[in-house]
Amino acid sequence: MVNALPQVTALLPVLLLAFTGLALLLVDTVSPDTRSNTSVAVVSALGALSSLAATVWFVASGTGSGDTGGAILLFADAIKVDTLGLFFTAIFASVTSLVVVAAHDYFHDHPNPATFYSLTLFAATGMSLLAVANSLAVVFVALEMVSLPSYVLVAFLKQNRGSVEAGLKYFLVGALSSAIFLFGISLVYAATGSLMLGDVAGVLGDIASDTDGIGSRSGIAGLGVVMILGGVAFKTASVPFHFWAPEAYEGAPAPVSAFLSSASKAAGFVVAFRVFTEAFPVGASLSADINWVLAFGVLAAVTMTLGNFAAAVQEEVKRMLAYSSIGHAGYALIGVAALSADGSGNGAVMGAAMAHLLVYGFMNTGAFLFVAMAERWGVGRTFEDYAGLAERAPVASAAMAVFMFSLAGLPPFAGFFSKYFLFMGAIDNGFLWLAAVGAVNSVISLYYYSRVVKALWLDDPASSTALDAIDVRPTALYAAVVFAAVATVLLLPGFGPVIETAEAAASALF
Amino acid sequence: MILEALIAVAFASALVVLLSPNEWAGRLAFALSLIPFLGSLYLWSGFDGSGNALTGGDIAYQTQIEWLEVGGRSVSWFVGLDGISLPLVVLTTFLVPLAILSAWTPIDSRQSQFYGLMLFMEANLLGVFTALDFFLWFVFWEAVLVPMYFLIGIWGGPRRKYAAIKFFVYTNAASLLMFIGFMSLTFALGDSVSSFALPEITQAIAGGGLGTWFGIAPGTIATVAFLAMFLGFAVKVPIVPFHTWLPDAHVEAPTPVSVLLAGVLLKMGTYALLRFNFTMLPDQASALAIPIAAIAVVSVIYGAMLALAQKDLKRIVAYSSVSSMGYVILGLVVFTEYGVGGATFQMVAHGLISGLMFMAVGVVYNATHTRMVGDMAGMADRMPVTVGILVAGAFGYMGLPLMAGFAGEFFIFVGSFSAPALPYAPLFTALAMFGIVIVAGYLLSAMQSTLFGPFELATDYEIGPAPFHDVAPLAVLLVAIIVLGVAPDIFFEMIRDAAVPVVEGVSVDG
Repeated sequence: MVNALPQVTALLPVLLLAFTGLALLLVDTVSPDTRSNTSVAVVSALGALSSLAATVWFVASGTGSGDTGGAILLFADAIKVDTLGLFFTAIFASVTSLVVVAAHDYFHDHPNPATFYSLTLFAATGMSLLAVANSLAVVFVALEMVSLPSYVLVAFLKQNRGSVEAGLKYFLVGALSSAIFLFGISLVYAATGSLMLGDVAGVLGDIASDTDGIGSRSGIAGLGVVMILGGVAFKTASVPFHFWAPEAYEGAPAPVSAFLSSASKAAGFVVAFRVFTEAFPVGASLSADINWVLAFGVLAAVTMTLGNFAAAVQEEVKRMLAYSSIGHAGYALIGVAALSADGSGNGAVMGAAMAHLLVYGFMNTGAFLFVAMAERWGVGRTFEDYAGLAERAPVASAAMAVFMFSLAGLPPFAGFFSKYFLFMGAIDNGFLWLAAVGAVNSVISLYYYSRVVKALWLDDPASSTALDAIDVRPTALYAAVVFAAVATVLLLPGFGPVIETAEAAASALF
Repeated sequence: MILEALIAVAFASALVVLLSPNEWAGRLAFALSLIPFLGSLYLWSGFDGSGNALTGGDIAYQTQIEWLEVGGRSVSWFVGLDGISLPLVVLTTFLVPLAILSAWTPIDSRQSQFYGLMLFMEANLLGVFTALDFFLWFVFWEAVLVPMYFLIGIWGGPRRKYAAIKFFVYTNAASLLMFIGFMSLTFALGDSVSSFALPEITQAIAGGGLGTWFGIAPGTIATVAFLAMFLGFAVKVPIVPFHTWLPDAHVEAPTPVSVLLAGVLLKMGTYALLRFNFTMLPDQASALAIPIAAIAVVSVIYGAMLALAQKDLKRIVAYSSVSSMGYVILGLVVFTEYGVGGATFQMVAHGLISGLMFMAVGVVYNATHTRMVGDMAGMADRMPVTVGILVAGAFGYMGLPLMAGFAGEFFIFVGSFSAPALPYAPLFTALAMFGIVIVAGYLLSAMQSTLFGPFELATDYEIGPAPFHDVAPLAVLLVAIIVLGVAPDIFFEMIRDAAVPVVEGVSVDG
C-alpha cells in the first residue's frame, strides 16, 4: 500500500516532525501575539503523535522490511528507510509526545514557550533522520541537528544559573566530541575512500584481506573507528564521555532532561547499531584487527558499573536519575558488545537492546517527568524533600513507583522483560560475563530506585507544612506521567510484538 | 476461561476499590472479594482434574495461549488447576474476604488504597497458584511482593519501614537466586524443551533431558539448581536460618496483612518447593533428604523454642508459623503419599489456623492496644466470645483431634514415620513430634496469663465485646477449621491424587 506512493513518503514521520517545528517557528515569528502556550503545545503534540502514528503504520505494513522488497533507499542512497530506522523513530516520537505534553504545564509561565516546542521538534527531526542515515555525512549532519537544539534546550531557563551552566558545559563537551567524531569520519574516509556505509564495509573487507595491498590502511581505519566510537559514547552518555550527563540533566529543565536522557540517548544508539554493523561489520573488522566489539564490551561493563555506583550515593533524585541513565546506557551497549563474528545470535541481542531502549523511553521519561512535576510544585530536589508526597499525590507517586521498579527490572513491569531478553541474548551469544555484570548491577540498582519509593510512600513529610507546596494539579503533566506508567505496565503483556519487530529489524543488519 | 475471569475480577476489583472514596472502600472491597470466593467454589464443584499437573495428569480449567518467544522457547499464558493448587486457590479466596472484614476496625486512613492493594495481592496470589508457565508464574510471584511492601510500609506499626524493607530485600534476593537456579536448568535442557511450560520441563527432566552446559555435567547442574531454588524458597517459607524477616514483618504488619502473610504468602514458598524442587528434581531431593529433614526438624524445634521466649502475642504466633512450616518441609522430603499429601493439607490447615490466631490477637489488640503478655490478664472476662474462639484456635494449633491441624500433622507423621526415602525416618519424626509439646507449652502459658484469671489492664476506657464484624470472621474460620478436621477428605482426596505421581517420581533404593 505504502509502496504505491512516491518513495519519498517513506520519510513521512521525519517530515511531519520537521514541518510541525517549522510551522511553530513561522507562527511564532510572523504573529508573536497570537500564540498561546496551550495552542502551540497542542500543535506540537499533534505533530509528534501523527509522526508516531505514521511510524507505527509503516512498521505494521512492513515498509522497508524484507517482506516488502527490502529497505527503501532515497537521495542517492544517502537515506535508508528500514524497520530499524522506523523502530527508533517510534521511540523518538513517543518520547517527544510525552515531553511536549508535559512541557505545557512546566513552562506555563514562561514568556516564550513556542521556541521550546519548535527546538524540541527540530531535535526530534534530527534524531529520526539519524535513524535512517546511510552515509557518514548524513550521520554527522543529523547528529549536529540533534545537538544544536539540545544545547539551547538545556540552557532554556536563561535566568537560572544552573540551567545556563549546564548548557555551557554540555555545549563545550559536545563541541569537542563532535570534532572528534568528524575527525573519525574523515579518517575512515581516508582509509576507505567512501562515506556510504555499505561501501566502507566493502573496502574494509579488502583491507582485511589485503586486496590490492591496502592492508596497511587498517591502522588509519582503526583510529577512525575508535574516534567514531567516542562520538557515540558522548551521545549515549557512556564512559569515558559521560561527564556532561549528570551536570546537564540536573541543570536542565526536567522535561529537557527527560528528552535528552531518553530520546537523545537512543539516537546515539541508533548510530552505534547502524554504523558499526553496516560500515564496520564484525567479521571484517576483526580480520582487520579493529576489535570494536571488545571495546564496546569493556565500555558497557564500566559504564553500567560506574553509573550504578554513582547513582547509589546521590542525595538528589534528579542527579540519581542522571547516573541511572548512564547505567542504562551500559545495559543497552550490550547490544553492540555481545556480538560475534558468526552472527547467529547477533540479531537477538541487538533486538533486545532496541526493545530495552523502547521500554526505557517510557519508564525513564516518566521518571524525569515526575521530577518535572516536583519542580513545578517546588517541593525541593533531595530524597528527603520527596518524603510523604504519596499522601497528597497518590496517582503520580504510584506512577513513579512503577517507573522505579521497572527501571530496577522487577516484574511485573516491562523493564523486567527487556533486561531479561538482553541478558539472555548475551548469554546465548557466549557473553556470560557481560550478562553477569549486568545482572549484578541490576540488583544493586534496586537499592537506589527503592529509595525513591520509600521516600514517596513510607516516609513521613519533613514538616506538617511540607505538603502544602502541592497546590496545583498540572493536568497535562499528570496525563503524560500516567500515560508513561500505563505504557510501562502494558508493555509487559504486549512485549511479544515489540521484541519480534526489534529482532527482525536487527537481524536485517547482519 | 473461568480461571482467567477469576483473576481478572480480582484485578478489576482492585482498580474499582482504589478509585472509590475512603468511606465505603472497606464494604465495597468485601462485597467484591466475595465474587472470587464464589467463583472458586464453582471451580471446586466442577473440578475434573486428576493426577499431578506437572507430571502429565489431567489439568482442570486449562488455557494455554502463546505470549512471546525467548531464544527459541515459547512463553505462554498457561494456567490450570490440579489437586494441589485447587485447595490453595480456595484458601486464598476464602481468607481474603475475612481479612478484609477484620480490617474494618484497625485501618482508619487511606482505606481505598489499603483495600485496593489487598485485592491486587489476591489477584497475584491466584496467579501464583494457577500459573503453569515459568515466566507467568514468576511475574505473579514477584508481583505479590509489591503490594505487600506497601501494606506493611504504610499501615504498619512503629518500625514498619524497617520491616517492609527487610521483607522486600530478603524476598527479592531469594527470588533472584531461585531465578538463576531455574534458568540454569533450562540452559542445561537445551533443545529438549520448546517452551517454559512447567509440565514440559518437568517431564523433560524426568526423561533425562538435562545435558551439559558450559562443560558442567548434568548432575552437577541439577544439584546446583536444586540448592539455589531451595535456598530461594526457604526464605519465603521461611526455614531456619532464613526466617528473621518474618517476625519483623508480622509484628509491624497490620492484622489483616498478617493474616494473608501467614495464611497464604508463606504457602507460596512451600507450594513452590513442592512444585519445583520436589516434583521437578526428585532425585536431588532424595539425595539430600537427610540434611533437608534435619533443617525441617530444626525449624520445628527452634521455631517453637523462639516462640516460647516471646512476650508479644503476635511474635508468638509468628514464630510458631516457622515451626509449623517445618512440618510441611518434613512431609515433603519423606516422599510418601501421606507425607506429601499431608504437607499440602497442612498448608491449607495452617493457613486457616494461623489466620484465625492472628485475627483473634488483632481483635484483642484493637481493644487493649497492647499485645504484651505481661500487660493484661483475664481478657475472657470482657471479651468472652473472642477469647473463646482464640482458645479454640490455639487448641487447633496444638493439634487437637477433629480440627484441621490435627489432620495435617497426623498425615505428615503417618507418612514420615516409615518413609523409605529418608534414612532414620522414625528418629526425625519423633523429634518433630516433640515440637507439639513445646507448642502446647507456650500457647497454654500465654493464654493462662493473658486470658484467664481476674481482669487486669490499665486503660482509661471500658473494654467491651468486640463488634460483630470483628468476631464474625473468627467464627467462620473456626467453623472451617472444624469442618476440615472432621472431614479432611473434602480436600485430602484430590491432594492425594496429585501427590501420588510426585512420590512415584523418586527412585528409592531397597
